[in-house]
This record gives sequence, structure tokens and C-alpha cells, in this order.
Amino acid sequence: MSALLEVRDVGKTYGSVIALRDVSTVVNAGEVTCVLGDNGAGKSTLIKILAGLHQHDAGQFLVDGEPVQLSSPREALDRGIATVYQDLAVVPLMSVWRNFFLGSEPTKGFGPFRVLDRRKAKDETRWALADMGIDLRDAEQPVGTLSGGERQCVAIARAVHFGAKVLILDEPTAALGVKQAGVVLKYVAQARDRGLGVVLITHNPHHAYPVGNRFLLLKRGRSLGSFDKKDISLEELTRQMAGGAELEALQHELRGAAQ
Amino acid sequence: MSDFSGTLTTDERIASPGLLTRLAVRPEIGALIGALVVFVFFTVITSQFVTLAGISTWMDTSATIGIVSVAVALLMIGGEFDLSAGVMTASTSLVTAMLSVKLGVNVWLAIVVSLVFALAVGAFNGWLVMRTKLPSFIVTLGTFFALQGINLGVTTLVTGTVQVSGIATAPGYASAGYLFASTFTLGGSPFPISIVWWVVVTALAAWLLVRTRFGNWIFAVGGSAASSRAVGVPVGRSKILLFMTTAGAAWLVGTINILRFTTVQANQGIGLEFEYIIAAVIGGCLLTGGFGSAIGAAIGALIFGMANQGIVYAHWNSDWFKLFLGIMLLAAVLVNNGFRARAERARR
Ligand SMILES: Nc1ncnc2c1ncn2[C@@H]1O[C@H](COP(=O)(O)OP(=O)(O)O)[C@@H](O)[C@H]1O
Ligand SMILES: [Mg+2]
Repeated sequence: MSALLEVRDVGKTYGSVIALRDVSTVVNAGEVTCVLGDNGAGKSTLIKILAGLHQHDAGQFLVDGEPVQLSSPREALDRGIATVYQDLAVVPLMSVWRNFFLGSEPTKGFGPFRVLDRRKAKDETRWALADMGIDLRDAEQPVGTLSGGERQCVAIARAVHFGAKVLILDEPTAALGVKQAGVVLKYVAQARDRGLGVVLITHNPHHAYPVGNRFLLLKRGRSLGSFDKKDISLEELTRQMAGGAELEALQHELRGAAQ
Repeated sequence: MSDFSGTLTTDERIASPGLLTRLAVRPEIGALIGALVVFVFFTVITSQFVTLAGISTWMDTSATIGIVSVAVALLMIGGEFDLSAGVMTASTSLVTAMLSVKLGVNVWLAIVVSLVFALAVGAFNGWLVMRTKLPSFIVTLGTFFALQGINLGVTTLVTGTVQVSGIATAPGYASAGYLFASTFTLGGSPFPISIVWWVVVTALAAWLLVRTRFGNWIFAVGGSAASSRAVGVPVGRSKILLFMTTAGAAWLVGTINILRFTTVQANQGIGLEFEYIIAAVIGGCLLTGGFGSAIGAAIGALIFGMANQGIVYAHWNSDWFKLFLGIMLLAAVLVNNGFRARAERARR
């Protein structure tokens, strides 16, 4: 069986900036592939390629074993790849149900008199969120009145509800407190357990390690490797993330300064 | 997942909201209160305001502003402005008049050509905004000047004057005039048909906005274009359609005007673009997009029409109308910002 998504030595340049080079990893059903790296490492560039916002200009990108160039987010969605962006997950001024069905609105009637099936949309929103264990107060309330974690959860539940096979999450926990980040990670694990392939972008190894099956480490646009969980410990992950030897040198320096 | 409506009960955490609280989140409520105040005010201080003739006059003024301001409201909710909408009412009048008067084209055909012209300019506005990613304020300011120049330039070139008249004798005038510029009688008093057009346009826009899929996209592209794109909403296409809608509404008013007055000045329409935007803002549209109401914009236009005529009936200098506009606009923006803060108050 081929992987849901696979990249082989993909690369991407913006003009003269090499944002990504020779990156390889896979995303399997029911597994979480974490992409870790410092700011500017190329994490967003990689997922923009997976999500159809940008096109890679080197290497191969395979969906279900078939090489593709996705030309739009719509095409990615049609192939079952849904992306939740940190700040772009929802439209704050719109109600929860309008957000939930945005782009996939249920309609009734026919021809020019086709209208939104508002009742169905509202009921299904509450039902789908309840099914993910998200307890919604009111489907009519603007999403902006939800907390940051709740907003991420609505976006995740939406992707799951619309039958995504692959769920890409760009730093879903970055702006959240410890407790809220935990809640979001719980839904990530839930999506995984439902058989979705998840790509989780983060720069926090402590968020990645508990839910991840595979860890792709990026640094300045290059891959430091794609490790299975059994091949890497949390300590090693943290050390690699922080720049390994550089961090040890820094610790040494700080210790020296303190004395 | 066939029937779950029975299993869902209302959450006990929603304290059943009072009528006042529920009303306060409707974008058009401020405009409605404003309209009531203006109505009562002029009813009390003038004698003609609530006569049938008076009502007919201010309803007509409201209608010709309201038809476009409702379309402008949709565009503003979609996150864009159109400064060329006012001049477009003159451009479309001129196209219709010149084709039928100078080339002898049937008025119906001239009207259709003029609509195609308006839709093309609207599509161009939208395409340019999406293509250049410039603020629509700037792009349509360019179109505003360009159309103004074309209106004057072409009219002078073709007629040697700055106006076109004589459409009343062109073929097809009578039937077209019946549809766009006739009157109907209510209580023995004539009312212009523009009022019917206004009501129809408002009802259509309101239905489109809250009941249809495209309406959902209008709110979305104005609230956050990037989020909408990420979930597959065709942002460019939606916005271009909104610019075309605005141009189409301007065409409707241009058509009503030329058939009613049978003459058009090349410099007509300048300044109306702000009246449309002000009516939409008074009606609850946010300047930043993503929030507003079509019915609100119609009520905004009603306030406009009532104040405009009320000041005449009160025998005041019409300069006071501008002062009134300025105050209304500022008050509306402040009220709207309050609503928005309430609607998107984030609990991090
Ligand atoms: N649209 C763009 N145009 C030019 N350079 C870009 C663009 N997007 C990202 N980059 C550059 O590519 C590199 C990787 O960026 P990014 O993928 O956003 O990193 P990360 O998400 O890991 O912080 C950075 O040096 C960034 O400046
Ligand atoms: Mg990033």
C-alpha cells in the first residue's frame, strides 16, 4: 500500500531564496508526521506545497503513489487534503455554522432558487462538533467569540467532517496556553485515531513527541532527517531542534557567565 | 446521521437572551432608530412631509440612492469599495442616449448595450483589484476619473455640447419608459416606479446575502479572504461578481434617469459614490468588510431621502444637509465599531 502523501527530495525557491531543498518524508493513514524546525526553516513552505498554495520546483510530490503538481487549494481539497492555518483557520465575524460549512454549504431547492439549508447546517455543525467531543454553546455565535483553542478545534472538526484523508495543521498550538494546546493535541490524536494522516507543524518538541509517529526535522531549508519515533528520543529531538552542539555551547557560556 | 434534531437540546449555558440583546447584534438596528427619529422630526416641524405627495418625493430620492447603495453594501461586506458607481449612473445614461439619439438604435437595444458596458467596467474594476492587489479605493478612483473624462470627452466630441437629449422620440421609448420611468397611483397620488425597483433590488440582495451560498461567500471574502481561499471559496470570482453587481445597479439608476428626464448631462453623478457608501455605513456595513446588511443600506438610503427632502420642506438652506450627513456618518461608524467589538470579542 502506498503512503497517503509522500515527498521525495522536494525543493522550492522564491526568486533567489532557496526556501526548501531535498526534503523527503511520508504521511501514512492513522499516523502523525510532525514537521519541526526553527523560524524560517521552511516548514510553512513545505505545507504550502502539500496544500496546493505553492508548487514545488524540484523533486517529487506523490498523492496515493501518483506524482502530482497541485495547482490550487481547491484541488488539494478535492484530493482529500485539508489544511488548517494558524491564523487563517476561520472567519471571526461569521457564525460557527457558517464557518463550519464555508466552501461546502448544503443547499436545497433547485435552479436559481437554490438556498442554504440553514437548519441542516446548524444541526450538523452541532452534531459534528459534539462527535469530536467539542461542546458548543450556540451555532449562531460568531467564531470570534470562541477561544483560540476552540477555533482550531472547529477547523479540525470541519476537516474531519468533510472526509479529509490528510489533515495539515500549521502551528496549531503556537499562540495557545499550555491547557489549550493540550486540548488541541487531543483532537489531533482523535483525527489520527479515525484513520486520517496528519501533518503537524510545530517548533515545540514537547507538543510533537506525544502524538507523533514520524519527525521531519528542518533547518534553514534543509532536512536533518525524517525519523520514526522508535529511532529518536524526546531528548534527542529537543537537542536537534535547539541546534545540538550550539545549545551545549550556549549552556556552557551561560554557566560561565553565572559564576 | 439521519435525524439528530431530536437529540440536540438547547444548551443551558445560553441564558435566553433578552429581546434587546438579540436586536442589538443586528447590523441595521442603528439605522432603523435613526430613520424613525428623522421621520418623526420632519413630520413634526413641516406640514408637507407626510402628505402623499411628500412621501412620494422622498421615497423617490431614497430609491435612486438606495438601489445602488444596496449593491455597494454587498460589495463593502465583500471587503471592497467602488468609487466609480456614481459616475457610472451618468455613463450608462449617456451610452443609452447616444446610441438611440445619434445612431437611431432602438431604446431597448441601447439599454442592453449600456448594461453590457456597465458589467464590463465592473468586471474590469474587480479584475484589476484582484490582479494588482491594490486597495479597491485606489483602483476605482482611477475608474472614477477615467469615466468622468470619457463622459465629457465623448459627449463633447459627438454632440458639440455637454448633454444628450431627445430620447423621447427614439423607437422603443414608450415601452422602455413604462418599465423604468412610469408612475403608479396609490391613494390617488402618483408614485414613481423607481420605488418598486428599489424594493425589489433590496429584497433580492437581502435574500442573496443571508439565504444563499454566494451570500455566505460574500461575508467570508470580506471577513478574511485568505481563510476563504484556504477552504476553497473562489475569492477572485466572488469579488469580481460584486463589482459587476454594483455597476449593474448603477446602470439601473442610469436607465431610470435617462428615460424619466429624457436628457443627461455629461458631468452628472459625481459625488453620488460617497452617498452610496454613507448609506451603506449608516445601514451597518463595516468599512473593513465582513459585516453588514442589505436592508440596513436601504434604510440608510431612506434616511438620506427623508433628510434631503425634509430640509427643503422646512425651508432650510440645503447646506445643512451636508452637515447632517457628516454627523450621521461619524455616529454610524462609532456605533458599528461598537457592534463589531461585541461580535468578535475574543476570549483567549
Ligand atoms: N513568498 C515568499 N517569498 C520569498 N521568500 C519566502 C517566501 N515565503 C517564505 N520565504 C522564505 O523562505 C524561507 C522559509 O520560510 P518558511 O517556510 O515560512 O519557514 P517557517 O515556516 O519554517 O518559519 C525563509 O527564509 C523565508 O524568508
Ligand atoms: Mg511558518
